[in-house]
Amino acid sequence: MKILVCISNVPDTTTKVKFKEDNTLFDDSGVQWIINPWDELALTRALELKEDAGNSVDEVCVIHVGGTQTDATLRKALAIGADKAIRIDGYPADAYYVAGQIAAYLKENPFDIVFSGIESSDYNGSSVGAMIAEFMDYSGVSSVSQVNIDKDELILYRAIPGGKQKIKTEVPLVAVVQKGIATEPRIPSMRGIMMARKKPLEVKAAVEMEILTKSVKFDLPETKGACKMIDSEHVEQLVELLKNEAKVL
Amino acid sequence: MSVIAFAKNWNGKFKNSTYELVSYTKNLADQLNTKLIVVSIGEVNNDDLKNLGKYGAERIISVNDPKMNILTSQVYAQVISEIAKMEGASAIVLSDNESGKAIAPRLSVKMKAGMASAVLELPISLNPFVVKKSTFSGKAFGHVQIDSPVKIISIAKNCFGLVENQVDVLIEEFSPHLDASLFKIQVLEEEKQTNKVDLADADIVVSAGRGMRSPDNWGVVEDLAEELGAATACSRPVSDEGWRGHEEHVGQTGKVIAPNLYFAAGISGAIQHVAGISRSKCIVAINTDPEAPIFGVADYGIIGDVMEVLPKLTEAIRNSK
Repeated sequence: MKILVCISNVPDTTTKVKFKEDNTLFDDSGVQWIINPWDELALTRALELKEDAGNSVDEVCVIHVGGTQTDATLRKALAIGADKAIRIDGYPADAYYVAGQIAAYLKENPFDIVFSGIESSDYNGSSVGAMIAEFMDYSGVSSVSQVNIDKDELILYRAIPGGKQKIKTEVPLVAVVQKGIATEPRIPSMRGIMMARKKPLEVKAAVEMEILTKSVKFDLPETKGACKMIDSEHVEQLVELLKNEAKVL
Repeated sequence: MSVIAFAKNWNGKFKNSTYELVSYTKNLADQLNTKLIVVSIGEVNNDDLKNLGKYGAERIISVNDPKMNILTSQVYAQVISEIAKMEGASAIVLSDNESGKAIAPRLSVKMKAGMASAVLELPISLNPFVVKKSTFSGKAFGHVQIDSPVKIISIAKNCFGLVENQVDVLIEEFSPHLDASLFKIQVLEEEKQTNKVDLADADIVVSAGRGMRSPDNWGVVEDLAEELGAATACSRPVSDEGWRGHEEHVGQTGKVIAPNLYFAAGISGAIQHVAGISRSKCIVAINTDPEAPIFGVADYGIIGDVMEVLPKLTEAIRNSK
């Protein structure tokens, strides 16, 4: 069984977001780039499944749509343990374009399971994974917090309002994964970093694909007024303010 | 022409977020000078469907089939797109929740329609069609232009509120032709947290962090939450340590929430945590460290030990009722 993990290259989660050119473009000066946190957890779980002798996962690859500047992120995925990285050489203009590129690759190189993080921490589209499922006419499950393989059957947990559902489904499948899928992301070891240099990083040309949306402008949230401090000995004042001033109680 | 709202039920019932969805989409349909059609999939009784009329749902197309009670995104997207094509929809609106995230992207591909998720307001402009959405996990807003003839958006919770607009409801049954092979998901078990307020729907959230010092101290958090009818939540280190479940983690990589009132108890306020709560209407911070960054984003603050302040607060709220 082969697992493909979709990787997005995003600013580190501590990044203070800034924009340039009249707030039309993200200002990436000084930004540290990382693997999107949910994709990193998905990769971790895929590797755990491969290491588990009880199932038949024998290959874990990562795929990404972007330019050469994102190769460092793909090398990190290889250092963590992915067998192969694929970079589709195109500008990830919107989710439809990205999903279409990955689906075009999948049509020529089938995988049994595709993992995609529930969203990317930059544009928060929450859509690439389910779009791939539709392009491929695969079954898809979103908000997945656990994945186990029992012979050829997949046992997943997905979030529902106020709880979770244990479900059974079959391959091929796109699982859109969220927190809980793995506990701790893996840190590349020195050996992993050395081995990553020898692993394949395949670069494929992008296919023709329409772009249906564009980001035209960004705003930053308004800064809040000063915090009103209340003496810890007089918490009833807070209750009064929440009722009569903020009107939230 | 029409605008479609997809009303997802859970166990045959609608939630406030569905009424908000209908309120929003009714307004959008009015702006576009077209009709609102609400689509409901799965078993819902007619009285519950009629409730949607309170928020402007004049015409409801109901696929009232028990086979459809389990959310199978492939099937739902198929049904909604079939109705959308039949009714000449120019926009389809969903809630930005578990079901919306599963269905909207599939609809986008099926209908070759541009999509924007976590939309925060009615469109900024209709021609071109531009919506404002949350980006960088709440650290910024993006204006997204959708250029395709059909537009798909999913709306963030609490972005519009409930707007009453009572109309007479016309319910039409619809039976789509679906291949049995599409039903590939089998639910084995369902685990529900009973007696707990669902974090995603909560108007008030009491959240706590490492400042609680031990998972054994969570009683004071739960007491306050119970007094307020609130949901409980936590910061990332707390869920990573296993003190609380991952489903309670609020922040950039956990849940992004927008309650009316958010209590941050013993939470320092790292940038990733703030990203998950910045759309809260009112934030109260309780922390021993007066320099904690959480006070920079809070509306009200108390400097003090959570173990002493929370029980006093619970009592003060009880006394004020």
